[in-house]
Amino acid sequence: MYKVKVYVTLKKSVIDPHGSAVEKKLRELDYNEVSNIRVGKYIEFFVKKSDRDVEEVVKEVCEKMLVNPVIEDFRYEIEESVNQ
Amino acid sequence: MKFAVIVFPGSDDVEMYRAVTEVLGEEAELVGHDADSLEGFDGIILPGGFSYGDYLRPGALACFTKVMDEVKKAAEEGKPVLGVGNGFQILLEAGLLPGAVKKNKSLRFICRNETVKVENNETMFTSLYEKGEAITLPIAHESGNYHCDDETLQRLKENNQIVFTYENNPNGSVEGIAGIINERGNVLGMMPRPERATEEIIGGTDGLRLFQSLVKHWRETVNVTNA
Amino acid sequence: MSQMREPTPEQIKSEKLYREMGMTDEEFAMVEKILGRLPNYTETGLFSVMWSEHCSYKNSKPVLRKFPTEGERVLQGPGEGAGIVDIGDGQAVVFKLESHNHPSAVEPYEGAATGVGGILRDVFSMGARPIASLNSLRFGELDSPRTKYLFKEAVNGIAGYGNRMGIPTVGGEVQFDPCYEGNPLVNAMTVGLIDHKDIKKGQAHGVGNSVVYVGSKTGRDGIHGATFASEEFSEDAEVESPDIQRGDPFVEKLLMEACLELVKSDALVGIQDMGAAGLTSSSAEMASKAGTGIEMNLDLVPQREEGMTPYEMMLSESQERMLLIIKKGREQEVIDLFSKYGLEAAVVGKVTDDKMLRLIHKGEVVANVPVDALAEDAPVYHKPSKEPDYYREFQAMENDIPKVEDYNETLVALLKQPTIASKKWVYEQYDYMARLDTVVPPGSDAGVVRIPGKNKALAMTTDCNSRYIYLDPRTGGKIVVAEAARNIVASGGEPIAVTDCLNFGSPEKPEIFWQLEQSVEGMSEACRALNTPVISGNVSLYNETDGKAIYPTPTVGMVGLIIDLKHVTTQEFKAAGDLIYLVGETKDEFGGSELQKMTYGKIFGKAPELDLEVEAKVQKQVLSAIRAGLVASAHDISEGGFAVALAECCMSAQGLGAEVEVTGNPVSALFSESQSRFILSVKKEHQEEFEKLVDAQLIGKVTDDSVLRISCNKEEVIHQQVDQLRKEWEGAIPCLLK
Repeated sequence: MYKVKVYVTLKKSVIDPHGSAVEKKLRELDYNEVSNIRVGKYIEFFVKKSDRDVEEVVKEVCEKMLVNPVIEDFRYEIEESVNQ
Repeated sequence: MKFAVIVFPGSDDVEMYRAVTEVLGEEAELVGHDADSLEGFDGIILPGGFSYGDYLRPGALACFTKVMDEVKKAAEEGKPVLGVGNGFQILLEAGLLPGAVKKNKSLRFICRNETVKVENNETMFTSLYEKGEAITLPIAHESGNYHCDDETLQRLKENNQIVFTYENNPNGSVEGIAGIINERGNVLGMMPRPERATEEIIGGTDGLRLFQSLVKHWRETVNVTNA
Repeated sequence: MSQMREPTPEQIKSEKLYREMGMTDEEFAMVEKILGRLPNYTETGLFSVMWSEHCSYKNSKPVLRKFPTEGERVLQGPGEGAGIVDIGDGQAVVFKLESHNHPSAVEPYEGAATGVGGILRDVFSMGARPIASLNSLRFGELDSPRTKYLFKEAVNGIAGYGNRMGIPTVGGEVQFDPCYEGNPLVNAMTVGLIDHKDIKKGQAHGVGNSVVYVGSKTGRDGIHGATFASEEFSEDAEVESPDIQRGDPFVEKLLMEACLELVKSDALVGIQDMGAAGLTSSSAEMASKAGTGIEMNLDLVPQREEGMTPYEMMLSESQERMLLIIKKGREQEVIDLFSKYGLEAAVVGKVTDDKMLRLIHKGEVVANVPVDALAEDAPVYHKPSKEPDYYREFQAMENDIPKVEDYNETLVALLKQPTIASKKWVYEQYDYMARLDTVVPPGSDAGVVRIPGKNKALAMTTDCNSRYIYLDPRTGGKIVVAEAARNIVASGGEPIAVTDCLNFGSPEKPEIFWQLEQSVEGMSEACRALNTPVISGNVSLYNETDGKAIYPTPTVGMVGLIIDLKHVTTQEFKAAGDLIYLVGETKDEFGGSELQKMTYGKIFGKAPELDLEVEAKVQKQVLSAIRAGLVASAHDISEGGFAVALAECCMSAQGLGAEVEVTGNPVSALFSESQSRFILSVKKEHQEEFEKLVDAQLIGKVTDDSVLRISCNKEEVIHQQVDQLRKEWEGAIPCLLK
């Protein structure tokens, strides 16, 4: 069993209205050292061991459904998990 | 003309169905997400609402249904496919139209009438409008902020695929885009809701001509060749 | 909680653990006497939620009995999920207003969202299709980050849930006052439509029939929510809040469609929402109403979390769940029906003849208590009541007319008061057009929704000016009902019934209890005079922060019937040249007014007077003129007085203005909040006929120059560009939220 963590963010080239709003608010609170906020999504799930390569499965799931490649980027972490 | 109004869990099917049958006076059938055929329909409509609760991304989960394979097939066959609101989001997610939508710039849901400009009246959906005509259509969405890369935008412009734009961009869309059509000219997606502007008593009739254009096109072309 | 061993019955008694669940020593003794033994932990939990104010109305029952609840149209009065009123053609309207104040104070988005979800379920569990929602919101002044956050998120939550349900939110009100700072109010109303033959009730008839659980799984969220709703807040202590329930409108929409399909089936015997006190109240109440008992095997309850105890399952307030009574042998078709919508349905028990609620868990009986004891035998308290000192002081005051230096500036300042300012920022977040039946969207006196396939419509509104009620609860109570009715009449409807949500402070305080008694007295008088019986309602007490109560806020939701779509009338002026009439008498009344609050920063004195005979007559005349087709626009005069109302008639139109002439003290003429008044506009050709029907004063005409001009005693006192006024009025709330 593998535990998979997927991080989805808007692509760098895409304006992130959510992130801009948060950043604006933080500026108002004088957190001037904070910049370039991107608000994204965190998705986790388990993948059962099979004869398929786990990375291949994760990539496929991301590209097929979890991520919209037109506006979103993603990265993932895979760790082996002992218990369910 | 017989329309299929595609119903996903969470769709607002009742509005489109009523507008087509009661106001337009054409035939319509509600077709479920697990239908495996769209044979016999002259036009396909993906209505507004919140299919699958907008979970993951608006329109994303609806793409993975049986009926969407049929919608793609119908689009390839050249049948008219119209997606409004959530229906537009589904067409984008399904890749039937280029680009994507993000949350509105204000991050809020917006429900109100907007002035919309008809940029292209040479489509089967807009022939009864004047080019450049300003019409009033309601919007009601939280994610209508249309985005595409520069290259795509250039192509949309060159091919005259931008059909509607907002006069006062309410959601942050690129170039105020409110509706686009595919290159072939048979798949239209738009955030404004024409079916909500079909009767004076509920606020206006500017959306009616979109449906009438479609019916006219069908009568003049498909119907004639079949007869 | 689940990891701990539950205390024994002896421990519950000796360590007085029942107190933590909100039970008094006397109440615990009553339970012991009813059972003839000590209750165990689960049973103590059952009694504590069922005997909470939220479920039993133990403190408000004697007062609620005063409401008139019968009328020729009433098909179902208070006592079921929602009330039902006949509207002819074999159809009826189902509606109810309900509070979700406490959850919204802690988690405004989910609190408001689940408030909407709960009231929707109350309506569709009666078998009615929801056709519109409304709400009534109260917050502190928009000057603190916390209040702005509460306001934004509550609106967002209502939009998030209501919009996803595809039910238009067509009306409501929002008011701001420091008294709501720590204790905002979120009241939600849903209106549904039903054919008489489809009306379903929450009753568990038929021994041997099955108890079926449908909808979302049960989790540990919202445990003791009903008790939580019956306690006051303290700012210094960390609020002892349960896990707030999270709503899932997507599941609710599927549940609604499935239930509306199910109500057409004769397999269904009874249906009730699992709202406050969840599985406990729905099972005990359905059995008690039918004179039966229910036995449930809790192992069969669909559970979201592992290791849930009977106590947790019975008290959970997980959302989007319903309890059904299904004819024996028909269970599978019901399970199939729900599965078509992707929903779980599970047979969890059966109807018995012993009038007991018996719960089985892992093969053991874990609770066995009489259903009537839970649902009916909660103690009823006749709380002491005392006229507060402030009331006597206010009544002794002479009417004070605030000094106004500049009428124009004052008008603009009033239009920017958040309570008066345009609520566009709010209602544009609600999908008010869904379903294609909204004839009058939010922003006019009442929302109007047509009835599909008929030439009729329903007008609906929520109202409550709590300032008047604070000053004088009896008069204020009358005004609440009268104003709601005025809004209905101005929209062309005949008021037919009322639902209410009584938001008050702690009834343990005699002065608060007096406010409750007096308001209900006043409301009841008005309901009788205007022929609008109370068909449903809800009570929310203990709305206090650090011992300071909110203003008494008995919100009213009213529905009216518009018998012909031609009668639908809105507030905005329609055409230049139309004559403008003022209906009703203007007096020097500023107690609780917007001008008083703005001038002095506080309210005092007497509330405006209300003569119910005059009110009824005025409303009758206006409605008859509308029905005769003589009225182009109608608007009731409320907060801010005549000048504000007239400005609203201009601002909601495009390109029109008004030129009017009034008399008397200019401050009163412009800004007094005297009751029973309307502004009507009438086409010139209807003048003679109109004047025969309505006692009204011709004060001027609609102009085409977008300028508002008001003269008083031949001197121009107001001269304003309507576009500028609209900018200030619409910009006020967005500006405060920046």
